[in-house]
Amino acid sequence: MQITITVNGEPRTAEAEPRTLLVHFLRDNLGMKGTHWGCDTSNCGACVVLVDGEPVKSCTMLAAMAEGHEVRTVEGLERDGHLDPVQQGFMEEHGLQCGFCTPGMMLTARALLDSNPNPTDDEIRVAISGQICRCTGYKNIIKSVRWAAEHGEEVTA
Amino acid sequence: MAGTTERPTGFGRLKRKEDPRFIRGQGHYVDDVTLPGMLHGAVLRSPLAHARITSIDTSAAQQHPKVRAVITGKDLEAQGLAWMPTLSADTQAVLATDKVRFQGQEVAFVIADDEYAARDALELIDVDYEPLPVVVDPRTALDAGAPVIRDDKDGKSDNHIFDWEAGSEEECDRVFEDADVTLVTQEIPFQRVHPAPLETCGAVADYDAVTGKLRLWCTTQAPHAHRTLYALVAGLPEHKIQVIAPDIGGGFGNKVPIYPGYVCAIVGSIVTGKPVKWMEDRTENLTSTGFARDYLMRGRIAADRDGKIRALRVDVLADHGAFNATAQPSKYPAGFFHIFTGSYDLEAAYCTVKGVYTNKAPGGVAYRCSFRVTEAAYLVERMVDLLADELEIDPVELRMKNFIKKEQFPYTTRTGWVYDSGDYAATMNEALRIAGYDELRKEQAEKRARGEYMGIGCSFFTETVGAGPKKDMDIAGLGMADGAELRVHPTGKAVLRISVKTQGQGHETTFAQIVAEELGIPPEDVEVVHGDTDQTPFGLGTYGSRSTPVSGAATAMVSRKIRDKARLIASAALEVSPDDLEWERGRWFVKGDPEKGQTIQEAAFAAHGTLTLPEGVEGHLDAEAVYDPPNLTYPCGAYICVVDVDPGTGEVKIRRFIAVDDCGVRINPMIVEGQVHGGLAEGVGIALMQHIAFDDQGNCLSGSFMDYLVPSSMEVPDWELGETVTPSPHHPIGAKGVGESSNVGSPPAVVNAVVDALEPFGVRHVDMPVTPARVWEAIQHGTTRPPQ
Ligand code: FES
Ligand code: FES
Repeated sequence: MQITITVNGEPRTAEAEPRTLLVHFLRDNLGMKGTHWGCDTSNCGACVVLVDGEPVKSCTMLAAMAEGHEVRTVEGLERDGHLDPVQQGFMEEHGLQCGFCTPGMMLTARALLDSNPNPTDDEIRVAISGQICRCTGYKNIIKSVRWAAEHGEEVTA
Repeated sequence: MAGTTERPTGFGRLKRKEDPRFIRGQGHYVDDVTLPGMLHGAVLRSPLAHARITSIDTSAAQQHPKVRAVITGKDLEAQGLAWMPTLSADTQAVLATDKVRFQGQEVAFVIADDEYAARDALELIDVDYEPLPVVVDPRTALDAGAPVIRDDKDGKSDNHIFDWEAGSEEECDRVFEDADVTLVTQEIPFQRVHPAPLETCGAVADYDAVTGKLRLWCTTQAPHAHRTLYALVAGLPEHKIQVIAPDIGGGFGNKVPIYPGYVCAIVGSIVTGKPVKWMEDRTENLTSTGFARDYLMRGRIAADRDGKIRALRVDVLADHGAFNATAQPSKYPAGFFHIFTGSYDLEAAYCTVKGVYTNKAPGGVAYRCSFRVTEAAYLVERMVDLLADELEIDPVELRMKNFIKKEQFPYTTRTGWVYDSGDYAATMNEALRIAGYDELRKEQAEKRARGEYMGIGCSFFTETVGAGPKKDMDIAGLGMADGAELRVHPTGKAVLRISVKTQGQGHETTFAQIVAEELGIPPEDVEVVHGDTDQTPFGLGTYGSRSTPVSGAATAMVSRKIRDKARLIASAALEVSPDDLEWERGRWFVKGDPEKGQTIQEAAFAAHGTLTLPEGVEGHLDAEAVYDPPNLTYPCGAYICVVDVDPGTGEVKIRRFIAVDDCGVRINPMIVEGQVHGGLAEGVGIALMQHIAFDDQGNCLSGSFMDYLVPSSMEVPDWELGETVTPSPHHPIGAKGVGESSNVGSPPAVVNAVVDALEPFGVRHVDMPVTPARVWEAIQHGTTRPPQ
């Protein structure tokens, strides 16, 4: 079937089987490899994207279900050549090592900051608790999100 | 040492060079590789732990419209590829021909147009199995009448793999006779765990029949070693094999071995004439690829009443699964387990290790540690705490009393290691200071009086990393030395090519910093090339914290060669003798006339220009080095864990964790701290939740992230770090390696803390993983059943 989804503000259409998961549609049908895949049971969060601004594990959703919705992926974080403060924060605070969990973590952070621009460390912890990072021990991810909260305006300015 | 006389330009908290691509989603992992006409493979796996294969019918799968080929063990047998050698001189089935020997074993390989179709077709393959009795518990593996798992091996009539020993039994016996106190433990298991990097294992094979060239993109921590092994096994000429490890989503030892899926992808590409991608799913990763630990240890420790520890003996039963596929230097079937004497000055030590086959997945990889060092550290640090309890001495005080003293280095242990350097008391004191140890003990006493269960656990570890000296250490016959090549282009910008491969450790940054430090050029001017065997010098790869100790040393040495050559060029350019030149950061200058000099950049241009070079000096500014380490390096650390235990639920909450690491000179402290954080989280995970468990039929009970629990942000505390710096005397920049230390040191600190919390219940030991159920059981009975 033909599936059309708005990804990072642009309508994207591709032919895919009805059973195609959103994560596979993004990666294999649209060639957007920034969204990762890490488990079979929706536990790891490597595949998190924003659907209408909310973090969603794209392995739990059929691509067809995303028709008519706005999907935002890591490729859509940088805008007009400006990094999102979350991206900058992850670099500043060494919030990534292998980088495999990073796209999902950054998108969750973006959604958190959109609804709560100045979260506490505990709120950040809870926000990312459905996602696994095997490299960083989480401390620097939390610091990265905090950095983004504190420096948001100056980066986007 | 660098840093004492001149300020280094290279070392320091440099932001990572690899980050800009990752934060934009532009990392390039194996699963991101897409080639024209690429097909997709999937592996059919055994549902049974031990069974004879009576027939395999692939005809229905072959009929599937999207299937291009189905490969079975029989097909591979015709090519002599049904079995492959492991890294431990054993053999492992690529695709089973006679029997399956663990649940999840590879039985057939389907190649189809897309991954969904390949997986659909797996269900069309009909395999008849005749179930056989299984061996799950290693304690029964050597029983008379136990089913023989490896009857493929000529004359094999039992499940025995090896017996190994280190130290002196005689001396140990003598001290045990003589000592005031001897303490013998029950079995202390280190449960089977899995590294579970977030990216699973996989490969893309692309064989070109015309040129005979095989390109293999692969999740490998050791691309060069893999290339040589493929050449030896498959008979492909080595110069026609290119192994590319692109960005790797974490490794932790899981990506050291060669897996059947890689070989199937290669065969698949040869058979179909198309590139073939194979990526395992999470269940396949957890149930079939390299596990870690699985040691049953029994300890015996001798001491005098005053707290002087005198001897330690350990007897280990090691479960290696169905194929002995541990990845470690050939001479050491139990890895470096004989570092079990830890950080203490003992009179005698002895260990035995017995390896056995069981119907479980093969492996025994060094999961974020040097080979079997984590098991050793756990054992000794539990024993010391048990002894402290017996002698009624504070566990920190007991450690302090028995530490190898600063002035005793280099120190030769009773099992033959030569520790390079350390100041254990200083490292321990720093941890006590950060923790506020005395205050914590006071708080604990008050809480106990109120019926609250707070525990304080300490551990002190010494690791042996950076394998290793060629004379002693090889993997599959390949000496563990690593190469580095450095080219300085005419404009002074440099390209460094290294044999090791980052899986997140940040080599592209830290190795540039080493060159920058040595040559006095900005780290941004150094491009680091790695992970492609056609582009880089030979070396054994990244595991066992060997990148900085071995390859980092090669990088320093090759930089120094460049510096020496630049001196000759400067002498020609400045028309002075090389002896009249002095080095300062980035520049040779004339002694007594500092204005007159030549920078590295100027020397680089001169080396490529028209200057007449001194006799014997070739043009260009390039060099190569191969570093064969004279010794391993010995990082150490003092860890303190504070827990609160809820006696009603058995839940353990880690409230604080203090980690003071001494890894010698720190190239990039930001990256070092990140490595420590990550290792701590994994160590806490191992202590509290990670466990690959089996039922009595050999069914794996931990095949997904629903059952194999790894820590989330909710289980880990806000790590508190500290440092001491004792440079390694034999390493060119004094660095020791750090990527794995905290995973080695943290499990005993957590368990010691939990046991300390449960002391009022008479609990002396709790096995890992310290789950709420196990803690609750300990509270009820004073002890726990060992994990299965
Ligand atoms: S891939 Fe693991 S949660 Fe989606
Ligand atoms: S950075 Fe590797 S999994 Fe998070």
